[in-house]
Amino acid sequence: MSLLNVNNLQVHFPIRGGFFRRVVDQVRAVDGVSFELEPGETYGLVGESGCGKTTTGRAIIGLNKATGGEVLFNGDNLANMNGHDRRKHIRDIQMIFQDPYSSLNGRKNVLNIIAEPLRNFERLSPKEELTRVQNMIERVGLSPESIYKYPHQFSGGQRQRIGIARALMLNPKLIIADEPVSALDVSVQAQVLNFMQEIQKDFGLTYLFISHDLGVIKHICDRIGIMYKGRFVEEGTAEDVYTNPQHLYTKRLIAAIPEMDPAKRFEKMELRNKINTAYRTEYDSYFDKDGRMFDLKPLTPTHSVAVQQGGM
Amino acid sequence: MAETVLEIENLRTSFNIKGNYYAAVDGVSLSVHKNEVVAIVGESGCGKSALALSIIGLHNAKTTKLEGQVNLKGQNLLNLPVEKLNKIRGKDLGMIFQDPMTALNPLATIGRQIAEPMDYHMKLSSAAKKKRVLELLGQVGIKDANRIYKQYPHELSGGMRQRVVIAIALACNPVMLIADEPTTALDVTIQAQIMDLMKELQRITDSGIILITHDLGVVAEMANRVAVMYAGEFVEIADVNTLFSNPLHPYTRSLLSSIPSNMTDKEELHVIEGIVPSIQKLDREGCRFAPRIPWISEDAHEDKPTLHEVEPGHFVRCTCYKEFHFPEERVEDENYVTT
Repeated sequence: MSLLNVNNLQVHFPIRGGFFRRVVDQVRAVDGVSFELEPGETYGLVGESGCGKTTTGRAIIGLNKATGGEVLFNGDNLANMNGHDRRKHIRDIQMIFQDPYSSLNGRKNVLNIIAEPLRNFERLSPKEELTRVQNMIERVGLSPESIYKYPHQFSGGQRQRIGIARALMLNPKLIIADEPVSALDVSVQAQVLNFMQEIQKDFGLTYLFISHDLGVIKHICDRIGIMYKGRFVEEGTAEDVYTNPQHLYTKRLIAAIPEMDPAKRFEKMELRNKINTAYRTEYDSYFDKDGRMFDLKPLTPTHSVAVQQGGM
Repeated sequence: MAETVLEIENLRTSFNIKGNYYAAVDGVSLSVHKNEVVAIVGESGCGKSALALSIIGLHNAKTTKLEGQVNLKGQNLLNLPVEKLNKIRGKDLGMIFQDPMTALNPLATIGRQIAEPMDYHMKLSSAAKKKRVLELLGQVGIKDANRIYKQYPHELSGGMRQRVVIAIALACNPVMLIADEPTTALDVTIQAQIMDLMKELQRITDSGIILITHDLGVVAEMANRVAVMYAGEFVEIADVNTLFSNPLHPYTRSLLSSIPSNMTDKEELHVIEGIVPSIQKLDREGCRFAPRIPWISEDAHEDKPTLHEVEPGHFVRCTCYKEFHFPEERVEDENYVTT
């Protein structure tokens, strides 16, 4: 059975206006997204800003309310639960946030930051709590005395480790990592990515990895879903998506990755121009008359693309 | 070799921290030629932005001390009084900022903002000015120039705003442009568009460009020459093809192998040990990268590392590159004894 099954998830935000600030329209931030996560895999959600990838992640953990659809975690639907019931399930899902500078409370020391999930879910004596925190801090590679320090005393990479330690504290099954390395320098990014892969093995974690960086996604993810305007454009294994992209938008996204070979830079520019031209001429075959994406259509067992039913 | 437009000589930018001055840019020399893009690449805290701000004189004059020379058109910009500097900035020396959200004035129309440097530096009639603004908007790839002319920054997307920022920098035909992380705040597809636009513009203008970035992908796409910066110094300078095909300095090599590129697949990325030293604690005598490659013997480093020209145009600092290898390659080293 899959660990997480997201079924036709919708998150709409109301636009209010007019007399009495009535709801005049909806922003369809997430508009019918479905995917599954198998235990132990890393699933990447990719897209540009505003495509709804973060909202999807937040709706799964409950930071945004789902307007419709199902979020089945181990078979239980989290989307329509009330807070009280949800609490019993939610400790198995944790989140790592993008910005290690703003996601840690600057007035708390590391001990209090990392112990917070424990205090929420477990009744432990201060001594037990301290041991658990100390073990974890060692596990994430920080020195034992750092538990009495404050976030501003750490570098960006170390702060992200504190964020990861907090997420691991309750031995979760699923971790939603929302752009965990976007705010970091390349060498620090490498450190955090390696570390995330290492603890995935050790703790048997499943990742939902949200990012706009296609290089990072390719490196770390087994399967990838590409999002655009709140819907899935293409879904498949990393191999499927990178070597055989089918949708025009996916092609454009992949062509946008900077070319690491300086000799090929104008070739790449040509390719991008070609895709942009295709955007003008072939737009209708990829988007319906409202500019909305079609539903996903399976191409191979692992690879599906949002194209018109009945042909490309 | 094309004509040199900007010459930086032994520039040292020091910040005052509790009464002492610490150099963030520590003796940097670089010349930029006409129609050339020189990329300065490094991680946060290496001094690349301090370098850019010192060139254009936007540093905080009260807490910053500048030494050395920045020569543009035969004048040392560092010695000029502000009034004279203002005649050069925005005219001969343009700047493209990182975040187009904050670089633009939210209260002025796009047309007015692009015309502003022309008001200051050129004597143009209103009609000629408007014509020039529309022409610039066209140059930076904005199709509906007449409409955009009257709009405000909040009405435009991030990519459009960055195009406007570029148009402002180009307004007075600068001989030298400084682009400080011009694509960092943008989405991938927009980044690709801006990179292509800048490549296109480089074909039609003659300006030399200093491109400051942390992204080696952007460097590979845009630069002609690259200077890699670490702890306030250039550690390697080379032609872009050479830098990517034959990187020599340990820092350059480490940086390149820590990128999750298309080549690596699920393997471990290289991690540079330790952290970037703070400018207060930096050991300025020896090789500044030595603490981060402790497995390389101390004898490999020079006493006071200088840039060595290993082939024409390819400079590497310190001698440690000759003996550098990644830790996982240790096994192949005959002299290495397992402990």
